[in-house]
Amino acid sequence: MSTPNTFRSGPDDRGHYGIHGGRFVAETLMPLILDVEKAYAAAQADPAFHAELKHYLTHYVGRPSPLYLAQRLTDKLGGAKVYLKREDLNHTGAHKINNCMGQILLAMRMGKKRIIAETGAGQHGVATATVCALFGLECVIYMGATDIERQAPNVFRMKLLGATVKPVTSGAGTLKDAMNDALRDWVANVDTTYYLIGTVAGPHPYPMIVRDFQCVIGEEVKVQLQDQEGRANPDSLVACIGGGSNAMGLFHPYLDAPDVRIIGVEAAGHGIKTGKHAASLTGGKPGVLHGNRTYLLQDDNGQIAEAHSISAGLDYPGIGPEHSWLHDIGRVEYVSVTDDEAMEAFQTLTRLEGIIPALESSHAIAHVMKLAPTLPKDHIMVINLSGRGDKDVGTVARSMGVEL
Amino acid sequence: MVLNRLSKRFAELRAADRAGLVVYTMAGDPDHDAALAIMKGLPGAGVDIIELGMPFSDPMADGPAIQLAAQRSLAAGGSLARTLDTLRAFRKDDRETPVVLMGYYNPIHAQGPAVFAAQASAAGADGVIVVDLPPEEAPELTVHLNEHGIHLIFLTAPTTDAARLPTVLEQAGGFLYYVSITGVTGTASADEKAVEAAVKRLRQHTDLPIAVGFGINTPAQAAAIARVSDAAVVGSAVVKLIAEGNGPGPVLDFVRALAEGVHSARK
Ligand SMILES: Cc1ncc(COP(=O)(O)O)c(C=O)c1O
Repeated sequence: MSTPNTFRSGPDDRGHYGIHGGRFVAETLMPLILDVEKAYAAAQADPAFHAELKHYLTHYVGRPSPLYLAQRLTDKLGGAKVYLKREDLNHTGAHKINNCMGQILLAMRMGKKRIIAETGAGQHGVATATVCALFGLECVIYMGATDIERQAPNVFRMKLLGATVKPVTSGAGTLKDAMNDALRDWVANVDTTYYLIGTVAGPHPYPMIVRDFQCVIGEEVKVQLQDQEGRANPDSLVACIGGGSNAMGLFHPYLDAPDVRIIGVEAAGHGIKTGKHAASLTGGKPGVLHGNRTYLLQDDNGQIAEAHSISAGLDYPGIGPEHSWLHDIGRVEYVSVTDDEAMEAFQTLTRLEGIIPALESSHAIAHVMKLAPTLPKDHIMVINLSGRGDKDVGTVARSMGVEL
Repeated sequence: MVLNRLSKRFAELRAADRAGLVVYTMAGDPDHDAALAIMKGLPGAGVDIIELGMPFSDPMADGPAIQLAAQRSLAAGGSLARTLDTLRAFRKDDRETPVVLMGYYNPIHAQGPAVFAAQASAAGADGVIVVDLPPEEAPELTVHLNEHGIHLIFLTAPTTDAARLPTVLEQAGGFLYYVSITGVTGTASADEKAVEAAVKRLRQHTDLPIAVGFGINTPAQAAAIARVSDAAVVGSAVVKLIAEGNGPGPVLDFVRALAEGVHSARK
């Protein structure tokens, strides 16, 4: 495979990133998806759209989010200098709102009055319900029954915000199943409804749209690091990967900086060898699901396997197609971290920095805890702290054997 | 254009001035033998074309009835390979009835399109419908199906406008499948007037036979659709009978009623 002279020009006009991506949906949806693509291109070219988005990101979401030097964590690890990009401090507590704010403005430009979304951890559901409340739009969230149980506080938040939460019982009742039902809803309500996808997956143009709206993360890091360290480029970047949106938002602005080492962290669940994990790149192979070709956990017959992670937001058998491509060409390294390692990182960060991270983000921290000690003290590392862990307190208590 | 059982059957129907009945069942539902027994009875009950569902874990375009059918099939060991076993067994006694395999792309992708096309052809398939493979992504499969004389059948929907239709028709073979509702299978009823208008519109763009499906649940509806199209497709209504534990007897009685409706529609 030849190396392209930029890693940032994708996808092609039909949404392909290498062999990945594309549009694999029922014909009923094709005209809609083409409409979304057209509307997005028009919005992108309209300075008024960018100005409006900037306004809400600044005054409603609270951007820019801080870039914080985690000194006590750095001291403990005894190697690389570790910065945290504080997406946990955004309104609603995670990076998901960056994308929701962009897409809701797009949906309104398209004249859509009803918004649907899938959610795993509930962070995307909460962010979607939030922007729907803000603009007075009807909101329906599909959420797996298993996830509803383990993320109860977020379910109640969505309801408070006026959303209807539809439990999905097919399959294992997790994010994959929620996405199936969201797609079914969309097919049945094409005229009125906008599907607000929460990660860099799905049919083109969604992986590109979500990436573009999340790139604010990496763009801010460039400015903030320049300010704090006198250079825009760190030596390495680390982020956790469910579908891959927080990671893509941090990585993409740096893909063409060859000296920046980039590492994505998948969920290894009980361990890759046990088969109970959510590491699509480490343990899957290319296939087609939810509108795109990408690495998927599946059996030899092409049936999709259930993923497993203690973190609901990473519990998905696929990954965004652009990550699959970056994996194929070797620009980004993908590693994995187990439930137990993530849990330990969760407690470490909480105790050392007074920051309770989301279990998703704890996967990135866990990898840094392995890697940072092996690196020199002048090595600058940026972790995407994609969300805060309030929603996970119940899960963590259970795993520690504590009754709340 | 390949002339296979499918093209031949539509030519016969056209010559007899009658519409065809297409019935969908899921391979391996509730298990391999029971599904095969029902399938073997379909032609005798008046079915002109059989759609054989290939089970998939994540059937995004299907309503609850066919979702559950896929789950039953998979739980009983169903797979793409077993689906082709079913077809092979069916073909031992029946070399006339066209069979169209219907499902999702990932199981085919996992085999590889070339291997799939060769195996489907050897098993006796005449057409393939892949719900989540729109024309833009289809060439990687059509190129292999064409080698084996198997039609790739495309869906058009109420949302498919005049601008998009040529893209759909470019690789379409066998027949054109008009999805009569905007929704997943088995969840709404087709509106005869709307279907009639849609079929008229489609006929201006293609000579392919036009089959209509997704929202047809009763013999009366099937007859109404048969009056305005070349074939009526019934899936969920049949699958629901199988879900209730019915064997070939009651299932084929229902199919016979559908066939009577369809075959007498234009008299
Ligand atoms: C805090 C947080 N981080 C990460 C993720 C994973 O999603 P993605 O990989 O798209 O960033 C989620 C998903 O719910 C999340 O809530």
